[in-house]
Amino acid sequence: MFDKILIANRGEIACRVIKTARRMGIRTVAVYSDADRNALHVQMADEAVHIGPPPAAQSYIVIDRIMEAIRKTGAQAVHPGYGFLSENRNFAAALEAEGVVFIGPPSAAIEAMGDKITSKKIAQEAGVSTVPGYMGLIADADEAVKISREIGYPVMIKASAGGGGKGMRIAWTDAEAAEGFQSSKNEAAASFGDDRIFIEKFVTQPRHIEIQVLADKHGNCVYLHERECSIQRRNQKVIEEAPSPFLDEATRKAMGEQACALAKAVDYTSAGTVEFIVDGNRNFYFLEMNTRLQVEHPVTELITGVDLVEQMIRVADGQPLPFRQEDLKIHGWAMESRLYAEDPYRNFLPSIGRLTRYRPPVEGKTARGGIVRNDTGVYEGGEISMFYDPMIAKLCTWGPTRADAIEEMRLALDTFEVEGIGHNLPFCSAVMDHPRFVRGDITTAFIAEEYEGGFTGATLDAGLLRRVAAAAAAMNRVAEIRRTRISGTMDNHTRRVGDDWVVTLQGESWPVTVKADHEGSTVVFEDGTDLRVESDWTPGQPLARLTVGGEPLVIKTAKIPMGFRMRLRGADLKVHVQSPRQKALAGLMLEKAPPDTSKYLLCPMPGLVVKIAVSEGEEVQEGQALATVEAMKMENILKAERKGVVKKIRAHAGASLKVDDVIMEFE
Amino acid sequence: MKDILAELEARREAARAGGGERRVQAQHAKGKLTARERIELLLDEGSFEEFDMFVAHRCTDFGMEKDRPAGDGVVTGWGTINGRQVYVFSQDFTVMGGSVSETHAGKICKIMDMAMQNGAPVIGINDSGGARIQEGVASLAAYGEVFQRNIEASGVVPQISLIMGPCAGGAVYSPAMTDFIFMVKDSSYMFVTGPDVVKTVTNEVVTAEELGGASTHTRKSSVADGAFENDVEALAEIRRLFDFLPLNNRQKAPVRPFFDAPDRIEPSLDTLVPDNPNQPYDMKELILKVADEGDFFEIQKDFAANIIIGFIRLEGQTVGVVANQPMVLAGCLDIDASRKAARFVRFCDAFEIPILTFVDVPGFLPGTGQEYGGVIKHGAKLLFAYGEATVPKVTVLTRKTYGGAYVVMASKHLKADFNYAWPTAEVAVMGAKGAVEILYRSELGEPEKIAARVKDYEDRFANPFVAAEKGFIDEVIMPHSTRRRVARAFAALRSKKALMPWKKHDNIPL
Repeated sequence: MFDKILIANRGEIACRVIKTARRMGIRTVAVYSDADRNALHVQMADEAVHIGPPPAAQSYIVIDRIMEAIRKTGAQAVHPGYGFLSENRNFAAALEAEGVVFIGPPSAAIEAMGDKITSKKIAQEAGVSTVPGYMGLIADADEAVKISREIGYPVMIKASAGGGGKGMRIAWTDAEAAEGFQSSKNEAAASFGDDRIFIEKFVTQPRHIEIQVLADKHGNCVYLHERECSIQRRNQKVIEEAPSPFLDEATRKAMGEQACALAKAVDYTSAGTVEFIVDGNRNFYFLEMNTRLQVEHPVTELITGVDLVEQMIRVADGQPLPFRQEDLKIHGWAMESRLYAEDPYRNFLPSIGRLTRYRPPVEGKTARGGIVRNDTGVYEGGEISMFYDPMIAKLCTWGPTRADAIEEMRLALDTFEVEGIGHNLPFCSAVMDHPRFVRGDITTAFIAEEYEGGFTGATLDAGLLRRVAAAAAAMNRVAEIRRTRISGTMDNHTRRVGDDWVVTLQGESWPVTVKADHEGSTVVFEDGTDLRVESDWTPGQPLARLTVGGEPLVIKTAKIPMGFRMRLRGADLKVHVQSPRQKALAGLMLEKAPPDTSKYLLCPMPGLVVKIAVSEGEEVQEGQALATVEAMKMENILKAERKGVVKKIRAHAGASLKVDDVIMEFE
Repeated sequence: MKDILAELEARREAARAGGGERRVQAQHAKGKLTARERIELLLDEGSFEEFDMFVAHRCTDFGMEKDRPAGDGVVTGWGTINGRQVYVFSQDFTVMGGSVSETHAGKICKIMDMAMQNGAPVIGINDSGGARIQEGVASLAAYGEVFQRNIEASGVVPQISLIMGPCAGGAVYSPAMTDFIFMVKDSSYMFVTGPDVVKTVTNEVVTAEELGGASTHTRKSSVADGAFENDVEALAEIRRLFDFLPLNNRQKAPVRPFFDAPDRIEPSLDTLVPDNPNQPYDMKELILKVADEGDFFEIQKDFAANIIIGFIRLEGQTVGVVANQPMVLAGCLDIDASRKAARFVRFCDAFEIPILTFVDVPGFLPGTGQEYGGVIKHGAKLLFAYGEATVPKVTVLTRKTYGGAYVVMASKHLKADFNYAWPTAEVAVMGAKGAVEILYRSELGEPEKIAARVKDYEDRFANPFVAAEKGFIDEVIMPHSTRRRVARAFAALRSKKALMPWKKHDNIPL
């Protein structure tokens, strides 16, 4: 076994590999760029080597730099993580040349699977189901119809040179195929100057389901079942689970066996993933093979009990797999939410900066009997840098059933505190409560279909709102009583905190009576029903863990005038708790319309104004550059959204702005 | 007997009705509460004890004797906020436009006298059309009586003004002399001369809101210390502020139970100061992480944001915070920041509120604008305020502190009690580059030499240890233990006694 390995990566995956290596008694070497000097993976590793400036192209993916680090530290093997050099054949070859072990597949396998066309060919030869289609030249519409019939409708007619949907048609009938062929051809000729057309099966209700394989250097190959990764936003996976709620035993087996057949066909060793697209009738077709450890591998580990990194290291060391296919059972259900520093309320705009608060849920067994696992590479007070993937953490939960795993995820997300930057945690929470997701009725179009107009926060159901109202009433009482315990009060004339309150949230009011005792309080609603609230929450605690009506409820809480900002289950609520009199008088206050910002250019991110490109009174056209704002050394050019005349410039070059600060006004 | 009781009830009823249903409705239609409703929300439920409900004016000119409403346009009395005594007056716009008569002012003076005698703060709710013109000079004299009491009460009991409607002309000078002024957005304004006079005299066309609305006074003039969305929110938040303030100048700042360990460690503070010395960071994060429960009542947050002031609690007790904000103008001191902080420091000192200062200041803002504006005298205000303050003073240097600004910001030389520095602190006359350019002027043409000189200077002075060697810094502390260190420092200072030499009063450069 190796004494020392180098991890040619950063962030959570580097940390994750270090954890397993440490458990195996292997010393670890981290590499880091200038931007990662204080990063978690550097702190965790036994040694760390600086490899260059922040951009990955000048550090993490410079093979020479990594080779130097290996020489300097005497590492015997390298784990590449994912991304960066993980599927770089030249890197694998460079290691080979120096006699350093690559903890991954042989370079030939990387090369074979690295090319879309080659890999599809190899897959076909290995008996793997591929998307039926015709690659050759198609003479005319009649031939197109003939081919379409052979493939079976619906089919997709695509321009060879195409992209972005141009020259693409979907046909369900002969007539559509003929017509589509002609129009695609014309459009392709006009757009790309290349009218070659090909036809392939159009996969309806597509799901992205992938098979994890593991192969050793002794000819053994097993599959560790599937992961369902259909919840994607613009091809970026957001939520993954294992197993898939869609596959039956027969399909799973067929997919697994084909995946192993493909692995064997390229003499694959180590961990790899065969991606399939699966249609509504459980027909599955090969997409590509990823010759590395996948981001979402933890869900597989949680349902199989196999540490994939450990097996990768052992395989690299030449050890045989310690299990056979029949040993690998699916145990329970696992979910993964990828927390990204992307603001869902601002169309998932990357948000970088300092993590002023970062408190993940406690890992390990939960009170409900599930498991929480959090793979991360950040810490409170650390930075989310613009130079790399904006992933904050991979939060995974396990439960005996899918419903349990989802419930664990809901609670884990509610418990996860991330402040200082925008992030998609509320979005992940919202998906966990989405009826379609809960039913398992998902496709790769789920996010596009269900959040077509963007994400504006989850809507909580009436039952949950009632529980939140009860929690707020009980918490408010605790806070109010503390306020009366101030020094300097008039003896015998102290304030008595009333029992009657009105909770207002999402435009609805709940008059309640709070009956407190030593263990907690009973919140009685107007209709006579009540909810018992118990909690050890004290004023100022940002995370309120409560039991409301016998069920756990975790709420991120901050003080606002006359109540709380409460965040849970993907919702961000203003909850007011007022005395009945206060509430009645609040009803007299005027609704103020939010300011119209369409006449302003607002700063989209905190940054420094580098340049104002227009002057007052100037007429600007749509798309014209108005100002340049530098944020984290990146220059962002802000353009006019519509035609207009600049009325007043409010910020000048050199000004340091916050999000939504006004840069200029228009007429 | 019954009849007599009934008559009292009837008279009370009439007084409580204020200007009558129609005027109350008009008040409500503007999103404004009535004088009595405001008192109800400001004070603990049922705690209000009214004075002078039946006072009526004595004017007989212009037919005024025919209209003598009970209370005369202002509701006065006392009550409690979370059980602590407070005196309050609330002008009633529905009664003669809340205009100030001799008797109206007399009611205000009465409760102010009581407040000073009994050692309880005064909260004034302003919603008045101004002087009662029918009374002529008597009305002006009445204002003067109120002003005199504002002055006498200053530094004796805290005075808070809430502007919840018009407050114009001479009337503005009563709130102006109180400790804090808060306004309500869109429904309150303050100015000495209104838009009509402005137009006549200067030809400027301006709306009341532009001239003296909440936005103007919180952002431009700094007359107001804060603004709220509406009456209900304003009154709730004043209750919150009140809990930070002592009742009078003979008492210590209030203490209440707290749920936050004084020795709480904040590892993230170790990375608050960025590696790059020119990169700003948010000083508010430090304030929030040091404060009990992250609770911070900020004063004047929209004005001179290069300095932050406000109240926090440490171990349950109020502490005033002054902090440079590197996010704005690099945290330098200028006229506005100096004035803003100086007044706050003096308030804290007057009312025995300990002062915590966080320092990251590159110096005073240069420029003709500043010099012509008198930055010398305005900057001196802050220096003076810190130097004369005898309350416990704890200072933490986070990053750079250069030149005169170093001395100003509660340095050891101004009798601060505990001066701590983070290891990232630099105490120097100026930044390394500037210093080298003066010291080695002859080498300016040779960049390499200059670079080496800058490096030398940085190595020597870009740290807290030179100052620590001289005892100007009592201890270099770990950022993550700031809360614990600061809390212990204030604990050690609980029975601090310090006196200034006897004087009638000082002569701060106003």
